[in-house]
Amino acid sequence: MGIGFDGMSRRSFGRAVAGTAAAGFAGLGPWRVALAATFEPALIYDYGGKFDRSFNQAAYDGAERFKKETGLTYREFEITNESQREQSMLQLAKRGAALIVGVGFGHQAAMTKVATQYPKVRFTIIDAVVDLPNVQSIVFREQECCFLVGMIAALTSKTGKVGFVGGMDVPLIRRFAAGYAQGAKFARPDVEVLQTMTGTTVSAWNDPARGSELARSQFDRGADVVFAAAGATGLGVLQAAADAKKFSIGCDSNQNALHPGSVLTSMVKRVDVATYNAMMAAKDDKWQAGTLSLGLKDDGLDYAIDDNNRSLITPEIKARVDQAKADIIAGRIVPIDVAAQ
Amino acid sequence: MSRDLPWPIDYVLIPALNLALAFLAGAVVLGLIGVSPGAALGTLLDGAFGSLDGAGYTLYYATTFIFTGLAVAIPYQAGLFNIGGEGQAMLGGLGVTIVCQAMGGYPLWLVLPLAIGAAMIGGAAWAALPAVLQVKRGSHIVITTIMFNFLASALMTYLLIDMLRAPGDPSPETAAFPASTALPYAHEWAAHLGLAMEESPLNLSFVVALILAFLVWLFIRRSLWGYEIRATGHNPSAAAYAAIPVDRVTVLAVCLGGACAGLVGINEVMGVLHRLVLGFTAGAGIVGIAVALMGRNHPFGIVLSAILFGALYQGGAELAFDYPQVTRDIIVVMDGLVILFCGALENMLRVPVTRAWARWRTVPA
Repeated sequence: MGIGFDGMSRRSFGRAVAGTAAAGFAGLGPWRVALAATFEPALIYDYGGKFDRSFNQAAYDGAERFKKETGLTYREFEITNESQREQSMLQLAKRGAALIVGVGFGHQAAMTKVATQYPKVRFTIIDAVVDLPNVQSIVFREQECCFLVGMIAALTSKTGKVGFVGGMDVPLIRRFAAGYAQGAKFARPDVEVLQTMTGTTVSAWNDPARGSELARSQFDRGADVVFAAAGATGLGVLQAAADAKKFSIGCDSNQNALHPGSVLTSMVKRVDVATYNAMMAAKDDKWQAGTLSLGLKDDGLDYAIDDNNRSLITPEIKARVDQAKADIIAGRIVPIDVAAQ
Repeated sequence: MSRDLPWPIDYVLIPALNLALAFLAGAVVLGLIGVSPGAALGTLLDGAFGSLDGAGYTLYYATTFIFTGLAVAIPYQAGLFNIGGEGQAMLGGLGVTIVCQAMGGYPLWLVLPLAIGAAMIGGAAWAALPAVLQVKRGSHIVITTIMFNFLASALMTYLLIDMLRAPGDPSPETAAFPASTALPYAHEWAAHLGLAMEESPLNLSFVVALILAFLVWLFIRRSLWGYEIRATGHNPSAAAYAAIPVDRVTVLAVCLGGACAGLVGINEVMGVLHRLVLGFTAGAGIVGIAVALMGRNHPFGIVLSAILFGALYQGGAELAFDYPQVTRDIIVVMDGLVILFCGALENMLRVPVTRAWARWRTVPA
């Protein structure tokens, strides 16, 4: 029971009432176990949970890679309500975590508060910016890669209609949708883009059944390629596309292998690399605060080509998309960022 | 049957036995995933009550559950099932937001009553429509209140993304409220008293919740309107025959429930987050149903069961924190077992206990 009870910072009820000074038992035996003697970074996931096969899982993969390569362990926590963001972050900061990675923009407010309170602890946040001297903010220019998969969708579509299924209706996902639509229209001006958001609550990230339903309704309206940017809900979209013998596009993690032959490609957001890099840099004392904006140029984003989908994308399509990729990197094409507006 | 039992058995022994059974079943689950149940229970209890700030978290969760539990209990007295606590709480939060954003710089003794009023109006207004629909059109209140939860969350999404969002902020939330509108935290008071208490979200709202629970008890048990609500709940036809305006009483009961749910906004929005965040209710309205059932729809029972659920939330988080095998889904299973044994199977032990009591009483020792 002693594990997890940090004698330095938390006091048992009785002792506190008795007025025992905190310093008095900071050094007591079993409670010291919790104080990390070695480098131990920590991850706090967002609502989707670490096995969403998408955004959160990418962070998990990065942490696992860190663990495998260094032999060091890490702590993790999956939140289930708003107040747990701050609670878990405070706990980790108190217990002396070497680096606290907040996975998802939702951690912004909590991290702003906790990072101010613990200026010596290092924090990394993904998908949002916290402007503090001990916070590293990693954001992605998702619109760039959504533009590319939008092109692939439009060029592959036989019906001239492509679909988009978003998760929760938030600015981040609107950025995905707008980039995708822009890319599709760029490749094929007459294409029609159907857009649906799964919902308005956090459960929209975790509702594969509803994802399937939305994908099927888009197929009924004539779409034959659908892009899912919806966390675990996207798994249902991909399943529905495979069942209906249509194409789907995965998101965040490389989901090509989930339904080979049906998953056209995946918009890969290298949250795993970002997480891994942050942990490694912190371990090697090379970690730096500030904002990192990752895009196609930085290999922070890419569309996935592997053995599962190589035959689905024709050389002509690939050539056009790679040309557009080079143009985006060179700044000749600028995908719009609706979230910033 | 419960009339045959003395109250300590009815209100203390049977719930305690149910809880023990739930923990026993939970221990089996924990054992299966390789966690020592004894150590886990220790961590859970220690996390929930073992420190001032742990207890602070427990009571903070309990505050919200008292509000949502009462939101179910008042309509239940009139024979109605209010499943809409979630949406009513969201609208309550909206009311609080409007007051807090407009009243920066004013003293708290002025802002708090207005915020409480706005929260109650928001929650009551969102409950009023389903109630009126039930009375006028006979649409079932269980269905309409569930649907109003989704309408509320759609409305909040629209407001928070397109209307109220702080410019340039990627998250669907408003800008922070003026600091003068924040409710005092328990740890701030503890510091004044010379007690060392780590930070926790427990704030003045807990006192508001306790006062509200007492007022609800007074209202239901001691007022004419409360009597009318109870009479309607027992038998609407008889109540109507006794010249009780059943329709008005129905709307009143549901709206009062909604007003209680709206007060979640005081605890979460004004007390802790200091801004309106999309999804701040996090299912508390639904948990309120279990809280009310377990508290037997009695205001004081609800306070106790809210504290139990608060302890499960807080202790559960500590458990998930300390044991990698305990995922948040395991915590849901544990909460579910408690609801199953203490709520759904509440009568399972009642029969054998009553029999045992009757036998023990008739056979002189």
